[in-house]
Amino acid sequence: MEQTWTKPLAAIKRSKSYKAIAASLWEANPISKQILGICSALAVTVQLKTAIVMSLALTLVVAVSSFVISCIRNLIPRNIRIIVEISIIATLVIIADELLKAFMYDVSKQLSVFVGLIITNCIVLGRAEGYALANPPIPSFVDGLANGIGYGSILIGVAFIRELLGSGKLLGISVIPSAFYAAGYENMGLMVLAPGAFIVIGLFVWLQHTLIRK
Amino acid sequence: MENLMSIGINSVFVGNILLAYFLGMCSFLALSKNIKTATGLGVAVVFVLTITTPANWLIYRFLLAPGALAWAGLPATDLSFLKLVLFIAVIAAIVQALEMVIDRYSPALYSALGVFLPLITVNCAILGTSLFMVERDYVFPESIVFGFGSGAGWCLAIVAMAAIQQKLRYADIPEGLQGFGINMITTGLMAIGFMLFAGISL
Repeated sequence: MEQTWTKPLAAIKRSKSYKAIAASLWEANPISKQILGICSALAVTVQLKTAIVMSLALTLVVAVSSFVISCIRNLIPRNIRIIVEISIIATLVIIADELLKAFMYDVSKQLSVFVGLIITNCIVLGRAEGYALANPPIPSFVDGLANGIGYGSILIGVAFIRELLGSGKLLGISVIPSAFYAAGYENMGLMVLAPGAFIVIGLFVWLQHTLIRK
Repeated sequence: MENLMSIGINSVFVGNILLAYFLGMCSFLALSKNIKTATGLGVAVVFVLTITTPANWLIYRFLLAPGALAWAGLPATDLSFLKLVLFIAVIAAIVQALEMVIDRYSPALYSALGVFLPLITVNCAILGTSLFMVERDYVFPESIVFGFGSGAGWCLAIVAMAAIQQKLRYADIPEGLQGFGINMITTGLMAIGFMLFAGISL
């Protein structure tokens, strides 16, 4: 019984995609280790919902842009590669932005300019420059996906803490029982404000760096 | 006039593009190790923002906004979805052109700013300011003041951060917190400081 369970698991663990995703979740996390794409990570984490939508949008853009850029990597002249990459990324971001406006209008209003700013998010251009230009399409796609997931993991973690402590809710549903408030518990106003984001990420990274060393 | 003043002051302090809206963090973290580099980059950002924000305003107003193409006989066209692509192209083009102009007419300034200019294209503070300008419906003079103010606020933040980091070199920071961690917490404390300006109204 045990063998049938462990065998496919071990096979998955040996595969390249698993390794890429595991690495970018922890040791080579784009935000906390490579320090890329911080801007949006801070801005959209007041609520869990916006953070999840933003992670999905970014993952989609990184994965597809890496795939496309990798497909045409041999056709891009070296001197103008940045502008080509940016145009591909910008096109994908516009698609993501229009999709959000069409199907999730409220969230798109809350995310305001930050969906557009995926264009200048260093993760996307960084993966295009650093990986997609030198590797075939499928691994590039997986690499983009892995980095998107790594980025999302931090975003969702930070948003979880900020929404829980800042407004006592998760995904817009109150989770702190009202008895707590009656007993004198108060929401932490700092978490909702800008400085809260900086401090939570700082502490997050502290924890992660300490754990990795051990 | 008063309106312009308040937009200017607001974009430097209360609505600081870096500390309140988190834009331009990547270069902020990467280049705030010494004051000289930080000042160079800060001045370059002020320069580029003051030019690109009004330029993008003109493009948006006369080409992209709903009904903007009325002068060309197309009053029903709405091209505003193209703003992302066009804004980033305008920014890249202006940065490139600026680099050449500065190189030609002021080699001294070029050697001071030159290395930072290409980096600025991908600084999200630049694109972010243009997008905020559209979102908040500024008029032309307001867009100039907003561009300049955002740049000045960003410059102030990175220079202050560089100064703090130089002092922190002598501090005994826990091992896991060194580097990125402590920088984020310092920035958070700075953001709290800047928020105090919200109580001041002109």
